[in-house]
Amino acid sequence: MRKCKEWIIEKLVFLCGMASIVFVGLIFLFLLKEGLALFATVNPLEFLAGKKWYPISEPPQMGILPLILGSLLVTVGAAVISVPIGVSCAIYIAEVAPASIKNKLKAGIELLAAIPSVVLGFIGMVTLVPWIKQLFHLPTGLTALSGSIMLAFMAMPTIVSIAEDALYSVPKSYREGALALGATHWQAIYRVIVPAASSGIVAAVMLGIGRVIGETMAVMMITGNSAVMPESILQPVRTLTATIAAEMGEAVVGSEHYFGLFAVGIVLFVISFMINVTADLFLHKNRS
Amino acid sequence: MKKNPERSQKIAFFFLLLANLLIVVPVGLIIVIIVAKGFPALTWEFISQMPRQGMRAGGIFPAIIGTIYLVGGAILFALPIGVLAAIYLCEYATHSRMSRVVKLAIVNLAGVPSVVYGLFGLALFVVFCKFGVSILSGALTLGIMILPIIITASREALESVPPAFREVSLSLGASKWQTIRNIVLPNAIPGILTGAILGLGRASGETAPILFTVAAFYLPRLPSSVFDQVMALPYHLYVISTQVPNVDEKIRYGTALVLLLLVLFMNSVAILIRNKFRKQKRW
Amino acid sequence: MVKFSVKKLHVWFGAAHILRGVSLDILSNEILSVIGPANSGKTTFLRMLNRLNELEPGFRMNGAIALDGADSLSEDVERLRKRIGMVFAMPLPLPLSIFDNVAYGARMHGIRKTARLQGIVEQALREAYLWDEVKDRLPTSAFNLSGGQQQRLCIARTLAVQPEVILFDEPCSGLDPISTAKVEEAMLKLKRQYTLILVTNNVKQAARVGDRTAFFLNGELIEVNKTDKIFTVPADKRTEDYIRGKFG
Repeated sequence: MRKCKEWIIEKLVFLCGMASIVFVGLIFLFLLKEGLALFATVNPLEFLAGKKWYPISEPPQMGILPLILGSLLVTVGAAVISVPIGVSCAIYIAEVAPASIKNKLKAGIELLAAIPSVVLGFIGMVTLVPWIKQLFHLPTGLTALSGSIMLAFMAMPTIVSIAEDALYSVPKSYREGALALGATHWQAIYRVIVPAASSGIVAAVMLGIGRVIGETMAVMMITGNSAVMPESILQPVRTLTATIAAEMGEAVVGSEHYFGLFAVGIVLFVISFMINVTADLFLHKNRS
Repeated sequence: MKKNPERSQKIAFFFLLLANLLIVVPVGLIIVIIVAKGFPALTWEFISQMPRQGMRAGGIFPAIIGTIYLVGGAILFALPIGVLAAIYLCEYATHSRMSRVVKLAIVNLAGVPSVVYGLFGLALFVVFCKFGVSILSGALTLGIMILPIIITASREALESVPPAFREVSLSLGASKWQTIRNIVLPNAIPGILTGAILGLGRASGETAPILFTVAAFYLPRLPSSVFDQVMALPYHLYVISTQVPNVDEKIRYGTALVLLLLVLFMNSVAILIRNKFRKQKRW
Repeated sequence: MVKFSVKKLHVWFGAAHILRGVSLDILSNEILSVIGPANSGKTTFLRMLNRLNELEPGFRMNGAIALDGADSLSEDVERLRKRIGMVFAMPLPLPLSIFDNVAYGARMHGIRKTARLQGIVEQALREAYLWDEVKDRLPTSAFNLSGGQQQRLCIARTLAVQPEVILFDEPCSGLDPISTAKVEEAMLKLKRQYTLILVTNNVKQAARVGDRTAFFLNGELIEVNKTDKIFTVPADKRTEDYIRGKFG
């Protein structure tokens, strides 16, 4: 009786343990199932390199290059802003700030992480967007730059908390060794501690970028959503995520448009999969 | 510059502090703006009434209820699976190659873009399982999305129970499950609870996964079954701020404030539980 | 009568060869002291008897262990552990009340009736010489007891499942001399009913309580004999060196 119960529980626990693998597999499977159907009618190369995204014209044109470039532009912009600020912030929290300030800063960053992206998008719309419009004398403030700034902000909690962990796990003896040789605290930080934590910091940056690429709502609300080849950062763009979110509601299940949006989903899934696996490798390298 | 390390340290630390202010000050501003502009809208009618006139008047009651249903459904689904999965990783499959694969899967699950969850929920639950655009589909999609949060928090909680307790229990002839059930789980519950509430907070703020699986644009009534559509707070905020013209600013800010309060409330509860039990720990 | 019969026992953890062919008989109702320097394999030997080593990663073994003539390695592990209690190096009360700590094992073996549990708890606490000190505060947390009391609570908890053998893994290493004396006194009384195996770093403790003493070194059993023989005329030079404090 007891043995039997143990056996059942063990199997149940095993099944739930496998759930994560099953779900990742299912996600990929269903994206493939729906997404690959597109390539019966559309050439994969045209899909990836085509410069025109007119999914509901006749015949539909499904080139996602403008969307990829849109995502890329917004992401690079966000990375340029968030990486230096985020890493500096992590260094300050891990190494410089006194305990009382440290806790307040960490609470502030946790607070940021908790704010839903649609709320940030809303706030971006009503504050950042008009401000950008005025500052650069643009016809609209819904630009790649607005998206980059907002996304940089959203990547910050990820970058700061993981980089801070990495800095924190550098053995104390490293810093004491450097200080004992007469280095200032700052010299110890940038010559010894940051290099020692570098792989963790790289992982932090990658995961932050992963967060940015996958972000949907805020980006949809403030980048203007125009699916054209981007030429400037002060122009409206449309990202991969926003395309899916904005268009799936209107796409008819089983239509080419529907399959096309799943194909975009495959691209997104593959990108985030690669980022996560690489970041995970960096994190483990740091530990060993 | 190089000649005066003290001074360059001062300059460097100033910039590091500046970086922090660049994050923390805007966060504070965002909160202040939403509270200041949303607070006047926050009346009992706003919270307890149906929206009227194409969401340009009235309250947000169905969106609040919808979010509660969705989040409740998600946690009902994700909590048991997540806790058992954490038990598998910490108690049954320690050091095995399988656990490494599972951990990698969790990392990836956590990194899947939220809109891709939406696609997945649409393809699997709405279309393939024929649940339709419904609370069931949305809650399951959100549940899978918060699974990594719950597993990770539960693992940390289980790992914080000293291994010696397990040995003592086993040495008294208790079985593995008895040990987990009577010794490990009771001591891990605060941590698991913290993770579950953080998951709730995350689920209640997400929009992209519910876009095509459950969310109703405008549905001024309460759902009658799990196969009904519902409105949800984050989607409602998206709709009234981008899709519906001429909505009173007060309603937008009010909705944002309610959503923010809901999420922050859950986060603070999670933090309170964590702190309370950290102090109580006796080992 | 032979309680435990260990034959050519080898144990590895990963690449490390911890026990190297130990053969040893343990008699009923004796206190066998196991002494030896750190990393000599004595704790691993002890944890083979109730099969706790199986929980460790990289564990492999070879050899045979019989309890009352029956192979203990193929026995149902929970039933085996019920027969073989263990007291650990540090006092390890579970995060429960005093009563629940002692009742834990009995409950796990299916005893539910409160009256019966109360009887078991009282008897176990009396046998461990703790009853008078804790009888008025059974529902309070076990963490409020002193170190020595906690260790006797652990003994009582072990006794409450009515084992036949009790393993002591350096039970006094965290205790002061007075608490140590109380634990030792309890052990001497217990041997009337139980077989006791005591792993200890403290050579004097082995001399005080052991009927027989086994000396381990680098995973091998160097010699085992009556305690007074080991301490007066050891057969092996290394035993003599260890006892005289030349190493370890």
